[in-house]
Amino acid sequence: MRTAREVYLDNYAASPLLPEARDAMLPFLGESFGNPSSLHGRGDAAREAVEEARSRVAALIGAAPEEIIFTCNGTEANNLAVKGITAGSRRKGRHIMVSAVEHFSVLHAARSLEKQGYELELVPVDEYGRIDLGALRSLMRDDTILVSVMLANGEVGTIQPVAEAACIAAERGVPFHTDAAAAAAHLPIDVESLGVQALTLSSDLLYGPQGVGALWVRRGLRVIPLLDGGVQEGGRRGGTENVAGIVGMGVAAELARERMTERSAHLRGLRDALIAGLPARVDHVHLTGHPVERLPWNASFVVEFIEGEGMLLLLDQQGVAVSSGSACTSRALKGSHVLTAMGVPPERAQGSILFSFGPQNTLQDVDYVLEVFPPIVERLRQMSPLYAKFLKERG
Amino acid sequence: MAQYSDVVMDHFTNPRNVGEIEDADGVGEVGNPVCGDMMTFYIKVDEEGRLAEVKYKTFGCGAAIAVSSMVSEMAKGKTIEEALKITRDGVAEELGGLPANKMHCSNLGADALHKAIEDYLEKKGKE
Ligand code: FES
Repeated sequence: MRTAREVYLDNYAASPLLPEARDAMLPFLGESFGNPSSLHGRGDAAREAVEEARSRVAALIGAAPEEIIFTCNGTEANNLAVKGITAGSRRKGRHIMVSAVEHFSVLHAARSLEKQGYELELVPVDEYGRIDLGALRSLMRDDTILVSVMLANGEVGTIQPVAEAACIAAERGVPFHTDAAAAAAHLPIDVESLGVQALTLSSDLLYGPQGVGALWVRRGLRVIPLLDGGVQEGGRRGGTENVAGIVGMGVAAELARERMTERSAHLRGLRDALIAGLPARVDHVHLTGHPVERLPWNASFVVEFIEGEGMLLLLDQQGVAVSSGSACTSRALKGSHVLTAMGVPPERAQGSILFSFGPQNTLQDVDYVLEVFPPIVERLRQMSPLYAKFLKERG
Repeated sequence: MAQYSDVVMDHFTNPRNVGEIEDADGVGEVGNPVCGDMMTFYIKVDEEGRLAEVKYKTFGCGAAIAVSSMVSEMAKGKTIEEALKITRDGVAEELGGLPANKMHCSNLGADALHKAIEDYLEKKGKE
């Protein structure tokens, strides 16, 4: 269905590929084919391209290129970190800690270790989704072998106090991993000052191609590979590299560094316009996540008395693409674990809606949402038994 | 969204018979055990024992809204016995099918309607 306007606000799920990244990739999908492991000229060209990308990705986070392991996405990088570091330190203990609001690729990787006999502790968060540093300190044990806390949560935008958390882990010599996928394009990262030992990146969240990610691992930290195969990636990740994808990620990482300030300022403007504008037009709408310590692109809310899928479908009919963390929109029909960990009651969490901005969005997009969204909320509320009850009780 | 049939999208976008009946003869409220949503049906029964009016309110996904709309259409004008024969599968069929993970939403509609009818029968029995 064609609508008056197309407004894409689901950039956390996917965003337009940077043309610069696409242009750099194209030769490697055509005449410049080659396997970086080959010893002939074609192999050399592919290898050089991969190594250049590695340097660019390393530069984004202040790391050394040889500490970067390319993977096929952020999920693989998180799995490699959680499972690989744990396996590498299994003689030292069997206790692992991850925050309650991690991405599923950390949370479920940790759960799978739990099934294998490791002990898992979830670090609790406050109402804004920030981890409880006191709990982290008191729950840590002598046999803790891994702590993983994300740099920022994509679903509610909250930025975690990772440097402080990593410091607590460092006091006891426990390796600390952070999933920086949602944050890396918008928050300056320096692994030295952050004090972490491993860090996850995802190309698509840098506006690069899908299907590529990277794990940075500090030199000296043992990581057991998930994929056994050849000696690619320093023997830590077997399999022929996705050369075109890696090249695209390299360009995206370089542009992230160059454009970070300008991009973040732009996104922050859009985000703040929506965060100010929506509650001014619709009652009983609440921002989720931290009001200040939040990702520049994230405007997430819960809308009371209605459910997310309904909002999503009606917005789609107006040309606006968004996502929701409601139980009805999840394939498992379960409410968002992030909102649950933050103490949001289930019926409120059903009204979750996430607007994720990208560099291509404009203030006109925000105006359009502010124009079409309030009547949608009103329409769904007129249908809602919860709203009817609320009105009756209010009298 | 491509996962829904045209009939579902039509009933979701233009739900029929939404609302409450102030002096309803029967009210049925059910909660969705799977995802925690909610549906309330209201019925008005005429002298011939037919459902003269069927209204509802729904807090739930697109399928749940379409299901309640479809149930209200199917039940309207039917006798109590006929309305009690409306099943989840019948509703899903009329809607041109529902995605597998949304079949539980079609339970909600039939259950809430049947509960409203039970409420009516119970009240009538007491008279
Ligand atoms: S009401 Fe939740 S999935 Fe249908």
